[in-house]
Amino acid sequence: MSKLKLATVWLDGCSGCHMSFLDMDERLLELAELVDVVYSPVVDAKEFPDEVDIALVEGAVASVDDEKKIKKVRAHSKMLIAMGDCAVAGNVPSMRNPFGPQPILDRAYIENASLQQQIPCVVVPKLLKVVRPIHEYVKVDVFLPGCPPSADTFHTALTALLTGGPLDISELTRFGA
Amino acid sequence: MSDPVEVKTLIIDEQEVSALRGQTILEVARENDIDIPTLCHLEGLSDVGACRLCLVEIKGSNKLLPACVATVYEGMEVRTNTERLKKHRRMILEMLFAERNHICAVCVSNGHCELQAMGQEQGLTHIRLPYRNPKLTLDASHERFTADHNRCILCMRCVRVCAEIEGAHVWDVMGRGINSVVITDLNDEWGKSTCTRCGKCVQVCPTGALFDKSKIGSDHPKYPDFLPNLKMMREAQ
Repeated sequence: MSKLKLATVWLDGCSGCHMSFLDMDERLLELAELVDVVYSPVVDAKEFPDEVDIALVEGAVASVDDEKKIKKVRAHSKMLIAMGDCAVAGNVPSMRNPFGPQPILDRAYIENASLQQQIPCVVVPKLLKVVRPIHEYVKVDVFLPGCPPSADTFHTALTALLTGGPLDISELTRFGA
Repeated sequence: MSDPVEVKTLIIDEQEVSALRGQTILEVARENDIDIPTLCHLEGLSDVGACRLCLVEIKGSNKLLPACVATVYEGMEVRTNTERLKKHRRMILEMLFAERNHICAVCVSNGHCELQAMGQEQGLTHIRLPYRNPKLTLDASHERFTADHNRCILCMRCVRVCAEIEGAHVWDVMGRGINSVVITDLNDEWGKSTCTRCGKCVQVCPTGALFDKSKIGSDHPKYPDFLPNLKMMREAQ
């Protein structure tokens, strides 16, 4: 059997889900027997491949760039997994929603900056007015809540998904876990 | 004319049970180890049917009834766990999560929250409704406690415990429908209200909406179990 193609994507999140994923430690070797990691912040691929079997997405959709990415990821992935509370529910990035992006930008680049107080307008993608979970943009096949989901959760869920075994997410994890 | 028969027999989930006249469906179900999920109900307080999680089906009626306030009658046939009810319960929970800003990861009640636990119990993995992201206030004017309205589910436990048990009735509800908020006195700051500082409201709050300032991180279990004991001691006096 040829290996499945796995991608991991990092939108507006703290990278904690990726850290927790790496926390699977030696079990990553088992996983590497079953999948090839074709795109991820931890591998050196610049473009999202045309055909991916499983895409794990960390983070909420907070910028125009995130929106573009999530649509591309969906278009080229057979299975899309929302990884962690930011992707699943907006979580911490969405805490700015009641106020909008401007106060956040002012706080970061004007109030707290001692030098060159200016809000970036080139290269850095424009923030969306509202931070949303990824399923408000694209169809999500599996939701893995948790902040972050534990390494055990990743291991159990991925093993079930790769081998076609039964999977009860609520037994494994919850919002804020 | 009052009903002279004291004992009623009814069926809950195909199980024959007996009850006393005036008992609620929820009371009878729990006496018989039949689980009906609840959020606003709390042993020791009156029931208001605010959360709607305990809705049950009654044979012969199209209406779903809240088990916490609906009383039993002879020959009643109750179903507590049909697919239709499960669907409604999930939707109710999703509406609660979408209505305000519940960010479990940064909540003092993370791991001790009844809403969070109920979400997990009912198999919620995400919220299908768009989040409303309302702009809500946080009242930290009290020297011991904080009220974060982002996390309130309007269960009214604080209102009831303050009025019924503490006898102070500092908490009440302002506004209607989705704009409702719990307030202290006539919407005064909690710290400047007639609060007796007893902390009962904090202990009965199912979420992190009311919390003790001395607690940090998510180290804030609540202990509402004092209520039935307190009530029992008072009745014995």
